[in-house]
Amino acid sequence: MKKLLKRKETTLVLLILLLIFAVSLRAPGFVAPGSLLNIVVDTSILIIVSLGQFGVILIGGIDLSIGSTMALVGMAAAMLNQFVPGIPVWFFAPFSLVAGALLGGLGGILVAFGKLPPLIASLGMMSAYRGLVFILSKGQWVTANEMTEGFRKIPEGLTLGLPHMVWAALIVAFLAHLFMRHTRSGRDVYAIGGNPTAARFAGVNQAKVEINVFLISGALAGLAGLLYVSRYGIAQNETASGFEMQTVAAAVLGGVNIAGGSGTVLGVILGSLFLGVVNNALPVLRLSPFLQMAIQGFIILTAVVANTLVDRRNKRVFAAGRVR
Amino acid sequence: MSDLGTGFVDSSRLTMMSGPRRLADFLLRWESMLFFIFIAVFVGNSLLSPYFLDPFNLFDATFNFMEKAVMAMPMMFVILLGDIDISVASIISLSSLFMGMASAAGADTPTILAIGLAVGLLAGIFNGLLITKLAIPSIAVTLGSSSLFRGIANAVLGDQAYTKYPASFAYVGQGYLGESIVPFEILIFLATALFAGVVLNRTVYGRHVYAVGNNKTAARFSGVPVDKVRLIAFAVNGLAAGVAAIMLTSRIGSTRPNIASGYETDVITIVVLGGVAITGGKGNIAGVIISIFLLGYLKFGMGVLNVPGKVMNIITGVLLVVAILLPKFTDGLRAKLRAGKAKSRARGEEKV
Amino acid sequence: MDANILEMRGVSMYFPGIKALDKVDLSVRPGEVHALIGENGAGKSTLVKVLTGLYKPTAGNITFEGMARRFSSTVEAQMAGIVAIHQEPIMFPDLSVAENVFSGHMLRKRGTGLLDWPGMRAKTRELCARIELAADPDSMVSGLSVAQRHMVGIARALSMNARLLIMDEPTSALSIRETEDLFKIVRQLKAEGTAILFISHKFDELFAIADSYTVLRDGKFVGAGSMKDASVDSLVRMMAGRLLGQMFPKRKVEIGREILKVKGFTAGRSFKDVSFSLKRGEILGFFGLVGAGRSEVMKSLLGLDPLDEGEIYLENKKVRFKDPHAALAQGVAYVPEDRQAQGLVLPLSIADNICLPQTASLAAAGFIARKTEASLAREYGSKMEIRAAGWDVEALNLSGGNQQKVVLAKWLATKPRILILDEPTKGIDVGTKAAVHEFMSNLAAEGMAIIMISSELPEILGMSDRIIVMHEGSVAAVVDRAEASEEIILRAATGAAGEAA
Repeated sequence: MKKLLKRKETTLVLLILLLIFAVSLRAPGFVAPGSLLNIVVDTSILIIVSLGQFGVILIGGIDLSIGSTMALVGMAAAMLNQFVPGIPVWFFAPFSLVAGALLGGLGGILVAFGKLPPLIASLGMMSAYRGLVFILSKGQWVTANEMTEGFRKIPEGLTLGLPHMVWAALIVAFLAHLFMRHTRSGRDVYAIGGNPTAARFAGVNQAKVEINVFLISGALAGLAGLLYVSRYGIAQNETASGFEMQTVAAAVLGGVNIAGGSGTVLGVILGSLFLGVVNNALPVLRLSPFLQMAIQGFIILTAVVANTLVDRRNKRVFAAGRVR
Repeated sequence: MSDLGTGFVDSSRLTMMSGPRRLADFLLRWESMLFFIFIAVFVGNSLLSPYFLDPFNLFDATFNFMEKAVMAMPMMFVILLGDIDISVASIISLSSLFMGMASAAGADTPTILAIGLAVGLLAGIFNGLLITKLAIPSIAVTLGSSSLFRGIANAVLGDQAYTKYPASFAYVGQGYLGESIVPFEILIFLATALFAGVVLNRTVYGRHVYAVGNNKTAARFSGVPVDKVRLIAFAVNGLAAGVAAIMLTSRIGSTRPNIASGYETDVITIVVLGGVAITGGKGNIAGVIISIFLLGYLKFGMGVLNVPGKVMNIITGVLLVVAILLPKFTDGLRAKLRAGKAKSRARGEEKV
Repeated sequence: MDANILEMRGVSMYFPGIKALDKVDLSVRPGEVHALIGENGAGKSTLVKVLTGLYKPTAGNITFEGMARRFSSTVEAQMAGIVAIHQEPIMFPDLSVAENVFSGHMLRKRGTGLLDWPGMRAKTRELCARIELAADPDSMVSGLSVAQRHMVGIARALSMNARLLIMDEPTSALSIRETEDLFKIVRQLKAEGTAILFISHKFDELFAIADSYTVLRDGKFVGAGSMKDASVDSLVRMMAGRLLGQMFPKRKVEIGREILKVKGFTAGRSFKDVSFSLKRGEILGFFGLVGAGRSEVMKSLLGLDPLDEGEIYLENKKVRFKDPHAALAQGVAYVPEDRQAQGLVLPLSIADNICLPQTASLAAAGFIARKTEASLAREYGSKMEIRAAGWDVEALNLSGGNQQKVVLAKWLATKPRILILDEPTKGIDVGTKAAVHEFMSNLAAEGMAIIMISSELPEILGMSDRIIVMHEGSVAAVVDRAEASEEIILRAATGAAGEAA
């Protein structure tokens, strides 16, 4: 049903435009191209990690360790930069991806072989990794002063007019779309989430899928962690604390079914953008940034309820059509 | 004859296992092993510090974990049902917020207490209604409400705090029983645990919880009001969070939005470590109570060693994972013990 | 080619204590529709599971397309060309038609290894056109009807170049028109050389579409031949063919007045215009083959499933039960078919299980009435002669027969006026069966009204005072004990009898 899919995404686009319009009534400068670009730049990190969370939600799980992974990898990268300033800048991206993948992979192993529910595995990892940040840094912060200029420029350096962050988000989004839509492994994720029995009948390796989604989620969280600490010029214990909630909000807002099996890359991106607009609108509207968490929770609840009701209505329509 | 492919032990003529086997089976029980670890922690702690075994210090140590202990009781019910509630810490935040507001407005202690309880209860009912009436998975609802509740506290307080509470209010979290060294908080916990134990083991509700958590369909066919059972569990979970909020706020003497941050992980760890299966239907209160004190004194010991809080979190995280992986291992061992017995019995046609 | 595409010789499938298949032979030629016939439990689904690689046979040979094969997975069987379509098509509801058609064997673009969606879409469109399925390759399966989903299943089989297509009760959820469409496709496939193993109990369909047949009974091969030379009678005789040698302890009971009357029950596709009455002391047997709708009628009676139309009269008073709890309060108890999922809470003890429906009503102020429950459990546990070390043994430690007894004890303890038993002796051994039957007799003698749903002819014939035969959602026949025989019942159940009685 192409129409149905298009409907969810178009609704979201309309919502975003509506929101921007509404805010601009109070603050006309909001709509300026510079301001809009700023929102996109700001949201790049969220887009990257949300796409990682997307995979885990698709198989019916959830990854609560994203914030901690971001912090740990970010701190590792920052400390490397601080103590070994000679490391070339191009090293950090692959380093973050690999480090993140390793951290995520551990969760994947717990789920695939330990048969742990993803929620529990990621809860455990969340605590453990957050603690490791402390051990690694011995409680010290790495601030902008300790970072090399090259490091600090990673996210915002311009290439062809766009900051690297945005490039990163674009590349990740493109690869995610390619993977999810055009590779067998990507479709396997949907299969496991949609009907695990049927998937196994069709020869899908459930353990492989589980490990894959956690590897990806971890890798993307690692990359995001690097971008985060270099952008804000600080790596500390509480970096990105609670960030994973934003990724869940972005996903459910984007129409991803919390029980797994359906959702699109585009939806996740749009959901992230919506959140990005909201977060950027708060200071512009002189609203307290402390409103963020409440809005996030409200969005999650509303989106989940809405998704459930819509799905139920569709099923009922379908079932009624069966009666002859 | 055993049914096709269900794999359960065919032992229609069960008799008692031999002595040594029985002992091994009992020792391999989760609660027993937990108890041994608890003893180990106790011994370890007393070796660490000569003052540990002093009754005053022992009681004093409990201050740090009585709130989580109280929360673990109803959480046990929720997890037994096969559900989960990760919003409990946020409910504390919300409840504490309203208590602070009441106190700032000049309310007296009984009113503050009532408000704390009411907010917790209402939050729990909110969760329960979304979960049962709209059939939304509990993880999704409590994920959202955990952000919403603490978010509200954040929005109202920002980086401020409520610090003025009436003197009598402080008694709940800081007071002792009469002139003794027994903290009042322990009393609250004991009452909660007693109530929980009785309900779980002796009442219809407790029976229903086991039935629903184990086999929802069978329960429904047997006339168990499944939705009502779940709703009550979440409502009481919220209420207990309210009690914990009172205890914690009273003990700290202030309200900040980040109060009880991370408590939900600890509480879930306590329950799961206590032997309650994360998928529901299995577990009892003895294990959870041992687990409370095990973890509580473990943290205390680590604190004496000046282990930073964050590192303790690592241990908690690892413990949670181990707590779930280990039962699969020991259950396998116990099944082998039993199967050995049944095999020697299952000679010849089964006569019924 | 005259050689058989499929040869099964002496194939057996043994489970602990049960011979699901016992030295079965089956031969199928290419381009023919071969009917697999048998009662419920005859071994048909086991045979399919062996062919599709789900089970590894305990003994015997399977030769497919001239080569000896032993499949160790469903994927292997599918790649070899054996594809099964089940009664309930196994699909991914949130994925598109094309994706379902190609699940497990997606087309890839040469070189990049990326998925070839345009190719899959085109092929799907082609296959759909071939089988006349009007569905957009990109539309989601959740929006399709059951008949259409079947077609998607067929398209999938075709996309894998299935040379042996197994269709398991494909028409049980289809209308007459949809069945005709399906048969058109089947004939087309036949012409193209595909062999089809067609499992169905609907004789009219079998005579319309099948070329040859094989009959199974109790896991054994009974007979095979060409449909041309067969008749309903010969097939029925082969299906049933057992001697009614077993004695059933059915006592002659005074049948009292009417206690329950059901009028005009209709629910969607499950059943239509079902009416019957039940008298005190009577055992009313409900017989029917797969899809007949017997359990569905009872579930709707109890409020578990919705009801479109219909009235219930309990002792001449019109009633409606909103759930099993309400029904129980009025004295109507239903013992479900699937004992594990619907009857017992396994980690609870025998006593706890027996008392579960009444825990609430026996309780004092919310507290479990331990003493009352203990004596209740003892009373009914003994009546059912449950063998266990003690009443606190956990239910999961009991044998199948004992578990069934616990289930029965549970419902008997509620002292119902009407007891509905759904396949009460399915899968349990002869000795326990006899005990259960004796028990039922005693209950009837005490005045209880019993409805017994069963798929076992001897049981139905031996225990019932009256037999209601259902066929595809309607009452096909109501037969008195005195006039009943295996053949009369089976004919009605397979629709071969023609008009409903």
